[in-house]
Amino acid sequence: MMKGELYRRPILFAIVATLAVLVGSIVTAIYPIFTEQMHPKLEALKPFTALQLAGRDIYQREGCVNCHTQTVRPLKTEVQRYGEYSKAGEFAYDHPFLWGSKRTGPDLARIGGKYPDAWHYRHFEDPASFFAESNMPAYAWLKDERLVPSSVEAHMKALSFPYKNEEIAALSVKSELDALVSYMQVIGTSVAKRPVAATTHVEVAEESHLQNPFAGDAQAIASGKMIYADNCAVCHDDDAEGDIGPDLTDDVFLYAEGDLPDNDYFEIINNGTTAGIVEEGRRAKGGMPAYKDVLSKDAIWSVIAYIRSLQEKK
Amino acid sequence: MNDYQYDNLTVKGFITSSIFWGVVGILAGIWISIQMWSPSLNVPPYFTFGRLRVVHTNILAFGLVLGSLMGTFYYITMRLTRRPLLLPKLARLTLYLFNAAIALATVTLLLGMTQSLEYAELEWPLDVGVVILWVLFSVNILGTVIKRKEEQMYISLWYIIATLITIAVIYIINNLSIPAGLFKSYHLFAGVNSANIEWWYGHNAVGSELTMAVLAIFYYFLPKSTGMPIYSHRLSIIAFWSLVFTYLWTGAHHLVYTPLPDWIQTLGIAFTVFLIAPSWGSVVNGFYTVGADWSKMRTHYLTKFFILGITFYGLQTVQGPTQGLRVVSQLIHYTDWVPGHVHMGTMGWDALVIVAAIYYIIPQIYKTEIYSIKIANTHFYLVLIGQLIFSVTMWFTGIQQGAMWKALNPDGTLKYTFMETLVKNYPFWKMRTLGGIIFTVGMLFFIYNIYMTIRRGKELIASGAQEVA
Repeated sequence: MMKGELYRRPILFAIVATLAVLVGSIVTAIYPIFTEQMHPKLEALKPFTALQLAGRDIYQREGCVNCHTQTVRPLKTEVQRYGEYSKAGEFAYDHPFLWGSKRTGPDLARIGGKYPDAWHYRHFEDPASFFAESNMPAYAWLKDERLVPSSVEAHMKALSFPYKNEEIAALSVKSELDALVSYMQVIGTSVAKRPVAATTHVEVAEESHLQNPFAGDAQAIASGKMIYADNCAVCHDDDAEGDIGPDLTDDVFLYAEGDLPDNDYFEIINNGTTAGIVEEGRRAKGGMPAYKDVLSKDAIWSVIAYIRSLQEKK
Repeated sequence: MNDYQYDNLTVKGFITSSIFWGVVGILAGIWISIQMWSPSLNVPPYFTFGRLRVVHTNILAFGLVLGSLMGTFYYITMRLTRRPLLLPKLARLTLYLFNAAIALATVTLLLGMTQSLEYAELEWPLDVGVVILWVLFSVNILGTVIKRKEEQMYISLWYIIATLITIAVIYIINNLSIPAGLFKSYHLFAGVNSANIEWWYGHNAVGSELTMAVLAIFYYFLPKSTGMPIYSHRLSIIAFWSLVFTYLWTGAHHLVYTPLPDWIQTLGIAFTVFLIAPSWGSVVNGFYTVGADWSKMRTHYLTKFFILGITFYGLQTVQGPTQGLRVVSQLIHYTDWVPGHVHMGTMGWDALVIVAAIYYIIPQIYKTEIYSIKIANTHFYLVLIGQLIFSVTMWFTGIQQGAMWKALNPDGTLKYTFMETLVKNYPFWKMRTLGGIIFTVGMLFFIYNIYMTIRRGKELIASGAQEVA
């Protein structure tokens, strides 16, 4: 071949090179498009609403994908940190996919429903108010940007997503931040959350017989105070009298009169809440994140001891 | 003014344009590297990390690298075909189109117009422009090759032709989209398909533009500047065909442990490991070429740019396939290890070889010598140190981060919160900024050297001491 014709005939050479390039392209990229397995769709998956799509457009425009992934790998610690691993059928309406390639910030594949809306608003406006050392830019300016309903409608049409005219009209009073939060809350929600109530039962069954080992312990209350300041104050306020999350010092628990024992506190902090789970006959609204992978058992008991000390002062 | 001279002005135009865009892209890089540890440097809406990062990647990949490639391709093609370009005026037009495209790319990306596909961020009207530019460029190069006056096509022409074809195929297919207005479109493909097509493109954009094209330059300018012939023509043939065949199978190694079907991932990983062979074919060829007389490393200042460049290419093409393996990917994927890897390739391999080509071309065009070999040597050591600081700090912090994400307490709970893993990056991110600044200072030495060479060349021509051929 060395003195061969191929290197004297550029057109033939270009044709052979094109074929060489096309083989792998067809097998690994083009052919799969036409296979069933590349078009899965989960039953619970719905197309984006107009507000959610507007939020996704903003997520794209601001380049969130440069720092946040949206795919949980099927690895033990990853599922522990973020939640159920990602399924191919979750992304049928994702034009384009937004899985990303770098986690400067955490993965967002299971962010939907993890925190209440108010948490997101405050976090977008000033991430450092939650995490002093966070390097995420503030997006407070999105509050002042109005959506343009006609362009959102054009985007819905381009993707053939169903919408009602009222839905489009309603966008005129929404800010870009409203849209972005609405998108946050739908990400990854087509996959059933791990049944938190059930794990609660199993995990905390043994705990439920336990009293707080640190009840009234001055040292634990002091360390609980610090843990509270780092993890809880941002939603329940510095004095624990409630803000995004409810007041922890009153006699109301899960929206019903009458306090509950320490082991129920432990359960809620450990497992978090999702809307609709029932605890001691009381229905949760959801929004409390789980701290089982953030705080050790001792740390959670210390926080409870601290909260009890605040209640006693009242 | 004869044809050659006209064409030389186009070549020079591409080189100076690409250097200008290089400065823009590198400054954007330093800016975002500081934003990583000092978020107050985000200036919304146009200059936040999310928008500036794509300006950095696009302007360097397309402004600096593609611009200098187009210029050097014109230069190489004329010499290997022993004739002027087939359509010199068209070549001049591509220079204007190129600069318009990069300027528009910068503006639209800052405005947040993006397809969110890595290295294919540009919105559809610009994509149409880029495709037109690429077709005009390819027609001119291929036409010149077809009408050549030298019978045999040298290795560099093979890589040039392969680059033209590969970029056309992947760019057009990955940019197929559903327009939803003049400045907005949605990827034609959804979910897993969108991911698979994008990384088939993403990996091969690197494979063609930052590998095949730079090999074309390497194979031409290494023998030209050192006067030593390529060690093995046969090895070049084997390396070339196995490289262009293998590369296109490997994109899925970017999607390890994602919901992409396992068979595509596994196929991608297997071919990625095989890719070491053709890559090292060129590495061996480069080493043995200079191996005929290693004193050239000392006596001829450009030799070390090529040899260190091909060395980093060799390291890059072993590190890359290693990262593709599932067991390694699960530790380092999504961490700062990956930017460390990318920058060894771009700052180590691509930048060294491209600046060496420019150091060779500019004095040739002006019939003079380089202004200062001493400055070129200072440039070399600064960019080498800057790049090593960049890559090594990112590997350290990447492994640390990956390990912290996976660390467990004895009771089975996660040991670190995400914030605890993030703040551990800060010292390394600061060191990375320092490495970037050292690299940039090195590039300023390079720019000064080229500027002075051009100035002196112009003076010589004006004084009539030299005739421009």
